[in-house]
Amino acid sequence: MTESDPRQVAIRFTNVARHFGNVKAVDHVSLDIYDGEFFSLLGPSGSGKTTCLRMIAGFESPSSGSIQLYGEEVSTMPPYERDVNTVFQDYALFPHMNVQKNIAYGLMVKRVPRKDRERRVSEILDMVQLTALGKRKPSQLSGGQRQRVALARALVNHPRVLLLDEPLGALDLKLRQQMQIELKAIQQRVGITFIYVTHDQEEALTMSDRLAVFNHGKIEQVGTPAEVYERPLTSFVASFVGVSNFVESNLAYKVTGESKSFTLRPEKIRLTTPDASIPADCYGLNGTIRDVIYLGMYTRYLVDTEVGIDLTVVVQNLESTSSEVFAARKRPVKVLWQKAHNRVVEE
Amino acid sequence: MRSNSLAFLRNPFAQRAGRSPLFLKIATFAALLFLHFPIWIIVLYAFTTEERTFKFPPPGLTTEWFKVAYERQDFWDALTLSVKVAGASSGIALVLGTLCAAGVYRSKFFGKDVISLLVVLPIALPGIVTAIALRSAMRTIDMEYGFLTIIIGHATFCIVIVYNNVIARFRRTAHSQIEASMDLGASVFQTFRFVVLPHIASALLAGGMLAFALSFDEIVVTNFTAGDDQTTLPIWIYTQLFRPRDRPVTNVAAVFVITVTFIPILLAYRMTREAEH
Amino acid sequence: MSTDSPVPTTNPSLQSKSPIRLISNFLYRHSCLATGLLLLLPMLWLVVVYLGSLGAMLVQSFYTYDRFTGQVIEEFSLDAYKEAFTDPDLSPPNKDVIKRTVRMATAVTIGAAILAFPLSYYMARYAGPKMKGVLYLGVMLPLWSSYLVRVYAWKLILAKDGVMTWFLEKMGLMPALDWLLEIEGIGGNSLSTSYIGVFLVFLYVWMPYMVLPINAALERVPKSLTEASSDLGARPWYTFLRVILPLSFPGVVAGSIFTFSLTLGDYIIPSVIGTSSYFLGALVFTQRGTVGNWPLAAVLTVVPVVIMMVYLSVAKRLGAFDAL
Repeated sequence: MTESDPRQVAIRFTNVARHFGNVKAVDHVSLDIYDGEFFSLLGPSGSGKTTCLRMIAGFESPSSGSIQLYGEEVSTMPPYERDVNTVFQDYALFPHMNVQKNIAYGLMVKRVPRKDRERRVSEILDMVQLTALGKRKPSQLSGGQRQRVALARALVNHPRVLLLDEPLGALDLKLRQQMQIELKAIQQRVGITFIYVTHDQEEALTMSDRLAVFNHGKIEQVGTPAEVYERPLTSFVASFVGVSNFVESNLAYKVTGESKSFTLRPEKIRLTTPDASIPADCYGLNGTIRDVIYLGMYTRYLVDTEVGIDLTVVVQNLESTSSEVFAARKRPVKVLWQKAHNRVVEE
Repeated sequence: MRSNSLAFLRNPFAQRAGRSPLFLKIATFAALLFLHFPIWIIVLYAFTTEERTFKFPPPGLTTEWFKVAYERQDFWDALTLSVKVAGASSGIALVLGTLCAAGVYRSKFFGKDVISLLVVLPIALPGIVTAIALRSAMRTIDMEYGFLTIIIGHATFCIVIVYNNVIARFRRTAHSQIEASMDLGASVFQTFRFVVLPHIASALLAGGMLAFALSFDEIVVTNFTAGDDQTTLPIWIYTQLFRPRDRPVTNVAAVFVITVTFIPILLAYRMTREAEH
Repeated sequence: MSTDSPVPTTNPSLQSKSPIRLISNFLYRHSCLATGLLLLLPMLWLVVVYLGSLGAMLVQSFYTYDRFTGQVIEEFSLDAYKEAFTDPDLSPPNKDVIKRTVRMATAVTIGAAILAFPLSYYMARYAGPKMKGVLYLGVMLPLWSSYLVRVYAWKLILAKDGVMTWFLEKMGLMPALDWLLEIEGIGGNSLSTSYIGVFLVFLYVWMPYMVLPINAALERVPKSLTEASSDLGARPWYTFLRVILPLSFPGVVAGSIFTFSLTLGDYIIPSVIGTSSYFLGALVFTQRGTVGNWPLAAVLTVVPVVIMMVYLSVAKRLGAFDAL
C-alpha cells in the first residue's frame, strides 16, 4: 500500500478537538490515515490517543472539527452506523454468550441470514485458530484466547477500519510478542486498515506502517517507524520513542557552534581513547566514564564530557566481557559521532 | 491444650487469621440462634393441641389446624388479596426501580445523590411517617381507600428494593460491553435487548421477588392505606391477635406466610450469588 | 477473507432507516435527554406520590381539630403543635411518650450493635466462603421474612406459660426474673407486658439491619492493615480498638440509622407485646384511628421526621453513608 501514492484516505481528522470540562483531551488534531495501513497512535497515558480512537469508533463526539471515514462525515454518527469495529482493551466479550455467539453478534444484529452467519463465523474461527472452542463461554478461556475471540468478533464484520485499543496490554511478554507478529500477519491478509493504540513504543515500531506520537492532546510527529526513530522532530518524540541524549541549545553551541538543541541516539556514539583524532564529519568530545551499566547484550556508559554535557552511550558487547566493561569506570575517554546523527529538535 | 483453650479469656483476638477465638464463635452462634429460634417456635405451635393458651411445651401435636385453616374462607380471601397486592406493587416497583437505576447509572450530574436519597427515603424514614403521609394525601384529594391505595403505598417503598439490586448490577457491568455491542452494529434498543437485559435479568428477578416478599407481609403502611373491607394477610393475622377465633389457625397462617416469603428470598439470594461468580 | 465480498449490510448508513433506527439515533445523540426520559417516571412517582404526601402531611399539621364536633377545620393555625407539646390534660403526656420512644430507640440501637458486632466480625474475618454464605443467609432470611409473624412469635415465647417461663423455671432462674420485673422503669407484670419484653422484640426484629452494614464496613478493612498494625508491635486488643473499631464505626452508624428509625416509628410491636404506656407510633395510630384528630397525628409524625433528619445529618458527618 505504501508505494501507491496518492492513496485513498481512510480516516481524516480535520482540526479535531475534544474537551472534558476544562481538560483538552484532544487539542486540534489533523491527521490522515490511509486505506490498508497499519497505523499506530502512540503516546503516554492521558495524551489523547485513546480519545481519538473513541471518536473514530463513535463513543465520543468531537467538541469541534470534523472526522471523515472514507470521505463521509461521521463525527456525529452513532457507533452502530459506522463501518468500524473495535477490539477493546478489556476485550468486552459478552459473558452470557459462548464464543460463536459472541462472534456472530455483529452479523446477528445486522440480520445476516443464519447460513451465511454460521459460515463466516466458522471461517473466522479457523483464522484465529479457535475452532475447537466455539461452544465455550468467555470465562472458560485464557487471556490470549479471549483476545483472539475479540479480534474475530470484530473482523467477522469486514469493517473498513479496525480499531485496537491496547489489545495486548493484559498479556504476558512472550504471548504479547507472538501476538504482535500474528496481528501483523492477519492485517496483511485481510487488508483492512488497522488503527492501533499503544503506549509501548517498541510495539508501535515493530508493527506499524506509520505512527503518530501523541503528547498533551497534540500530535508531535507522524511518520514511518524509521522516520520517527531516526529523525524525531521534537525532544518529546526523541525521548519517548527509544532512548535519546538531549542537548540543550546553550550546551549545543559548544559542540556545533549553533544554539539549536539537538538529540542524539546513544547507539550512534563511539567510545575511543582520549588522544584519538576527530574525523572531519564527526563531532568529538573528551570526558570521563562516570558509570557503567552492564545489560548483557550491551553496556550503557554514562559519560561526563569536558563541556558539561552528560551523554549516555550504548555499546554492544561484541567481544567484551562484564569484567572488562566494569573496569572502564572512571576512565578518560573520547566520544565520537557523525555530525549527520545530530537531530535538531523543537523544545 | 488446657491453657490454650482458656487463652481467649486473656486475649480473644490473639489468633489473627484462620482459627477464630472461641468467644467470638459463641457470640456468633448465640446471635444466630436468637434470630432463628422464634421462627422454629412458630412452626412448633402450628401443631399444638392446646387451644386457649400459649402453653409450652405443647401438651400434644396435631395437624388438625391446617385443615381448619384450609376451610376458613376469610383466610383464603386475605391470602388472595395479599398475592394480588404484592404482584401489582412489585410489578410497578420493577418498572420504576429499573428505570431509576438505569437513569442514575447513566447520569453524571450532581443531582444523582439527591435522586438516590429520594429513593431510599420511603424506607429510611419510620414506617409510620410514610403511612400517615400517604393517608394525609389520600384524604386531601378524597381518594377512596381500597386496592389502589394499598398498591400505591407498597410500590412507593418497594421501588428502592428493585433500584438497589439493579444499580448494584449496573455498577458491576463493564461499560465497554455496551460500547462493544453498539460498535458491532446494534442500535440502542438492540443493545438493551441483547446485552443489557440479559445482564440485569437476574438482578431484576431478585429485586422483584424481594419486593414481592416485602409487600406480601407489610402491615405498618397497609393499616393506613387499606379500606375497611380490604384485609390483606398481615392485617388478617393482626386482627386474629386481638380477636382470636381458633387461635392456632393464626399459627398455621404464620407458618404459611413464613414459607411464602422464604422461597423468594432463597431464590433471590441464589440468583444474585450465581451472577457474582 | 478477501474472496468473501462484503455483505450489503456492512454499510448501514446507506440503507433507508426504519423509524426505530431513527429513534435510536436520536436517543444516542441526545444522551442527556435519554437519561432524563429514564428518570421521568420514577421521579414523577416519588416526587408526586411520596414528597407530595409528606407535604400534605405537613399542611395538615397546621389545621385545627375541633374537639366538640370532631371535625378538622382547614385553616392555618399552630394549635395542633401547641396541643402536642404543652397540653397537660392529654391522657398520655406527649413529651413523655417522645422521651420514652427515643430512649427505647437508643437502647435498641446499642443492644443491636453489641449483638451484631461479633457476628459481623466473625463473618468478615474468620468465616470461609461457604460459611460466609450460610451466615449471610442466616441474617437475610429473618430480615426479609414476615415482620408481623416474627413479632407474633415473641408473643408465644414471652407468654405467661410460654417458652421463656418454662426455660427459666427449668433453670431455676424464676427469682431472677421476678427481681428484674420489679425494677421501676423497665419491669412490669410479666415479661410480655414489660419494657424488657418490648426491648427484646425490637432488638430481635431490627438486629439484622445492624449486621449487614457493619459487615460491609469490616469487609472493607484490608487484612494487611491488621497485619501492619501487629507488625508495628501493637497487641491484638490494641489493634482491634485502634484500627478495626474506628474503621468499622461508619458501619455501626449506618446500621443505627435503621434500628433507630424503625424503632422510632413502629406501632405494631408495642401493641402486640408490652405495657399499656404509649410509644410514639402507637400514639399516632390512636389519634388517627380512634380519635380522628388528624392535625395532632400529623404533628406527632413530624416529630420522628425531625429527629431522623437530625440523626441523618449527624450520621452523614460520621461517614455512615459511604458504608450503606
